[in-house]
Amino acid sequence: MLIYWADDEYKIKLFGHTYFVFFPEWFYKFFHITHRLQEGMAFHFLFMWFFILNGVFYVIYTIISGEWRELVPQKKSFKEAWLVLLHDLHIRKMAPPQKKYNAAQRIAYTAIIVMGIGSVITGLAIYKPVQCYYLTWICGGYHFARILHFVLTLGYVFFFVIHIVQVFLAGWKNFSSVITGFEVVNNKPKPIIEKGHDEEKS
Amino acid sequence: MTKKKVKSPLTTEQKINRRTFLSFGVFGAAVAGGVFGWKWLYNSPDEVTAITGGTRVPLRRALNKTEIAVRRLFYSEKHLVKTYPKSMAAKNVRQNSDVGVESPIDLAAWKLQVTKGNGEKLLIGLEDIKALPKTEIIFDFKCVEGWDQIQYWGGLSFVDFIKHFNLDTETKMDYVGMETPDKLYYVGLDMDSALHPQTLLAYEMNDKPVPLNHGAPLRLIIPVKYGVKNLKRIGSISFSNQRPRDYWAELGYDYFLGL
Repeated sequence: MLIYWADDEYKIKLFGHTYFVFFPEWFYKFFHITHRLQEGMAFHFLFMWFFILNGVFYVIYTIISGEWRELVPQKKSFKEAWLVLLHDLHIRKMAPPQKKYNAAQRIAYTAIIVMGIGSVITGLAIYKPVQCYYLTWICGGYHFARILHFVLTLGYVFFFVIHIVQVFLAGWKNFSSVITGFEVVNNKPKPIIEKGHDEEKS
Repeated sequence: MTKKKVKSPLTTEQKINRRTFLSFGVFGAAVAGGVFGWKWLYNSPDEVTAITGGTRVPLRRALNKTEIAVRRLFYSEKHLVKTYPKSMAAKNVRQNSDVGVESPIDLAAWKLQVTKGNGEKLLIGLEDIKALPKTEIIFDFKCVEGWDQIQYWGGLSFVDFIKHFNLDTETKMDYVGMETPDKLYYVGLDMDSALHPQTLLAYEMNDKPVPLNHGAPLRLIIPVKYGVKNLKRIGSISFSNQRPRDYWAELGYDYFLGL
């Protein structure tokens, strides 16, 4: 965030009227981030490597393990995601049936990968706009690429907040399954009424 | 006779416990690694200010390595900065800093001092520079602070300057250093960027002589670098195999700041 310090460009302006300032004065004071652009840039250009490598390894893993099948949105996902949203907001009682991830998750987890690729491309486009001029051109020019890069960052903040809230709402068992990769479900054995039932099974 | 202990197969319960323990162990180690890694980095000492300064040692190492790696990957003098029609050039050209151009100056007496590799000094007057073919550029000037502006500059291209004043031997060296006459502002440039075909010693802005606050009588325009490298009011030029001193690199910025 330090990188956004120096020139206060980050506001939404339409027809000469400023509607929203992303980083007002109190924001800088509160986080003690005046005159720290060089520090922010230094961190930025180190952590971009972790960002890229993390993304690359994650995508490779999902491909090799076949997990991508659980993560990529299906045709019905877009319709279902709406129902999931209504359910999560307690407007609708039933959520559509799901496998490992629900429709909204599929969309979100795939979108974040697309966003990540977008951040790398727009990032390169503004990091080396002369050498990577073709990327800058694809991103609609230097100035627009900067805006895209910033909007994507807002997207991560939004994703992060929703994500953390959902993790808390889903509870400890769900979190534990995220770490271990499994969730223990103790089904109480149903009393057998008919003997024939057992034979059918075997 | 020794009896081999036969391990009994794990019960489901044991398997669950074991996997849970391992998973959380790895997760905990990753979290701890992240926390301590960040603390180590954040608390690592600043470099001793020499050519560069003001940045934590590991971050400086990363900056240098990254810039050089990325340059090796993408840099070509054939990659030109995008140019625009004159009509798009800003009338009010933005000016950010006064460092180096605040001292009084006698424009009539100004001479550009060039130190050659053998120590020989050349003194070049503005009229000698203006007598050579003029190159113009209208490009998007980019500031490290985030703003950019389309500006129109005219002057002598640095490559032409080198050729005319027989400085080819000097270009075998790795760096060019430029300083203001009062030596309060100074930049170091890698030779490749200095020799980029769009690098100018500019004496005109918007078709008129460069005004004082923009670096009269002669300033550097180097579109493959951020604005901070575009030194105003050049007093002296020198060549070296070591990185010349650089105002903002001493204050924590990346030394190269290439675009």
